[in-house]
Amino acid sequence: MNFDRRNFFKTVCVAGATLAVGSSFGAAKPEENAIEFQGVLYDSTRCLGCRACERVCAKAHKQPEPKDELKAGVIRKTSEKQRSVINNYVTSKGEVFVKKQCMHCNEPACAAACLTQAMYKTKEGPVIWRGKKCMGCRYCMVSCPFDVPKFEYHSANPKIEKCDMCYDRIKAGKIPACAEACPGDALSFGTRRELIAEARKRIFENPKDYVDQIWGEQVAGGTGWLYLSSAPFNEVGFNTRLQNSSYPELSKGFLYTVPSVFVLLPPLLLGIHEATKNRNHSNDDENE
Amino acid sequence: MKMNKQAQTMAKDNDGGSILKFILSELKPKGRLLSPFNIIAIPVILLGIVLVVIRFMYGIGSITNLTQDTPWGLWIGFDVVTGVAFAGGAYVLTFMVYVLKMEKYRSIVRVTVLNGFLAYLFYAGALLLDLGRPWNVINPIIGNSFGTSSVLFLVAWHFLLYMIAELIEFSPAIAEWLGTRRARKILSGLTMGAVIFGITLSTLHQSGLGALFLMAKDKIHPLWYSEFIPIMFLVSSVFAGLSMVIFEGSISHKVFFNQISEKNHRAQSGILQGLAKICAGAMFAYFFLQLLVFIHSKNWDLINTPLGYWFLFEMIGFVLVPMLLYLYSYRTRNIFMIRLAAIMTMLGIILNRLNISVIGFKWDAPVHYYPSWMEIVVTLTVIFTEILIFRWVINRMPVLRDSPAWVEDKH
Repeated sequence: MNFDRRNFFKTVCVAGATLAVGSSFGAAKPEENAIEFQGVLYDSTRCLGCRACERVCAKAHKQPEPKDELKAGVIRKTSEKQRSVINNYVTSKGEVFVKKQCMHCNEPACAAACLTQAMYKTKEGPVIWRGKKCMGCRYCMVSCPFDVPKFEYHSANPKIEKCDMCYDRIKAGKIPACAEACPGDALSFGTRRELIAEARKRIFENPKDYVDQIWGEQVAGGTGWLYLSSAPFNEVGFNTRLQNSSYPELSKGFLYTVPSVFVLLPPLLLGIHEATKNRNHSNDDENE
Repeated sequence: MKMNKQAQTMAKDNDGGSILKFILSELKPKGRLLSPFNIIAIPVILLGIVLVVIRFMYGIGSITNLTQDTPWGLWIGFDVVTGVAFAGGAYVLTFMVYVLKMEKYRSIVRVTVLNGFLAYLFYAGALLLDLGRPWNVINPIIGNSFGTSSVLFLVAWHFLLYMIAELIEFSPAIAEWLGTRRARKILSGLTMGAVIFGITLSTLHQSGLGALFLMAKDKIHPLWYSEFIPIMFLVSSVFAGLSMVIFEGSISHKVFFNQISEKNHRAQSGILQGLAKICAGAMFAYFFLQLLVFIHSKNWDLINTPLGYWFLFEMIGFVLVPMLLYLYSYRTRNIFMIRLAAIMTMLGIILNRLNISVIGFKWDAPVHYYPSWMEIVVTLTVIFTEILIFRWVINRMPVLRDSPAWVEDKH
């Protein structure tokens, strides 16, 4: 085989470009230990079902005040008009209120899915949506294991709506509107580490009141929003089949093969091309 | 041929002005305006344009049935995910002809590359209709918003780069049409680089389209979800693309009969048989892979459910049966059977891609998505417009017919 200078140059370029891309993949890994995410602990045994959180959430994010009634056993969902929702579940332990909103995963699938970094895990902990970057592909919705992001289908300038843990308030040193408004102290804001310690303490001190599990401690690689419940979590609307490892982990293997393919395949193809070239001189297609 | 003479005279004095005049004269439609295809296609396209205007004025929800549970419907599942699989013929054929030097297939490379290029152009275009905020589409390409951890980021870049690669592969035909000798010589010198780059890109984004669904682990029916989706997508794109080549080639041979030289007419059945053999091989690999994944996933109990029968229907009826048909038709040299197998294979690919992206997606949701008639009309608009452009190019550029006489190396 004789590689001429041009072909050699091409190969070097491809290999070089790939190495550059490859290193940026490595750099994208978050330094998990260095950052302490903030989150919210929701304790269903303290929730009164007053829906003050729903109302202040709507007010804080300029959304219509929720008017529909809260009925036992009727499950309402978050929507593009309502970021946070309280439901009354009828369980083996009686009626249990549970609040639902974005879980603010430690390694969010939505942010890993986003090709423009519009969905973004801030260093403070909240996962936020940045409209200037979003192109509205809705891949975040496909990827989110909790079905959180909602899309405005009936708008010419649609937004993705989801809880942002009141990121602006957190930056200003305040706590999320819902946590501030909660009269029953069901919502506690703090760092994830503190909240998990607090949740453990409550379970230890009142073992009869709680299921011995903190939902969010492990699911989907850990979430910023943590739950304590008096009833088993599958009875209060949580999908207990979700995996404990993070969701971006699922496509990591594929993404890591990309640089290798980019390095290995072109030289292989070039090699085959050179090898088959001599078979028939008359059909040399490169005009060389 | 008249066209060739025209191109030849052009070749003698190809200054800018005359090329412009030539292009303007070529823009006019050739042939009958009221052909059967036009009578169906033009009203659909006009209706589609109206629907697209409504979509941009009142939002995606105004003409689609998409919900918060199923954010991707027919436009992604069929237009993009299925369409790109069908466009896979271009990378397979360029590999066979330019890299492996299988000269037998050289006469169909150009039309396949053209088909692939237009498919990407239009399906990427269809993607724009599905984007809620299309004015930000440039963000993953230029600026500081690179989501490098996203599979979709990879797919978006690959779509763009592969379209450029395919345009370069096709560009000698444009140069021959315009009669620009120097440009043709330069452009055909780029072919090999574009081919190698294009094959690499295709391998990655054909599998990447499958990898898009890896994070939706809990939403896709377990019979269709596995960590091997990317490999399945890649392997199936080989026979999906080649079946499209057989299908499109069979139609082109009838519709554009007078463009194809006597020699290429005679070669057609040999080409189809060769492609049938490759399809059968690729389908065997695919079927075997599906079987292995099925056995390892231990989903036996799911087979005895409605979606389980649907899975068997796809795997046996539209993978195993067309594979055997391809094998049989190759042995018996039965061209009709090859075409039948190609159509069945394509239906199987449509089924498979829709099962993963639409039908099996959120299969357990209380209300299931089905496309609205308007989504279907817009999809047809995209397909018909693509066919119109395809016909426009075929009627003008040397795609099916031989290159003009002044081309020395004839490829």
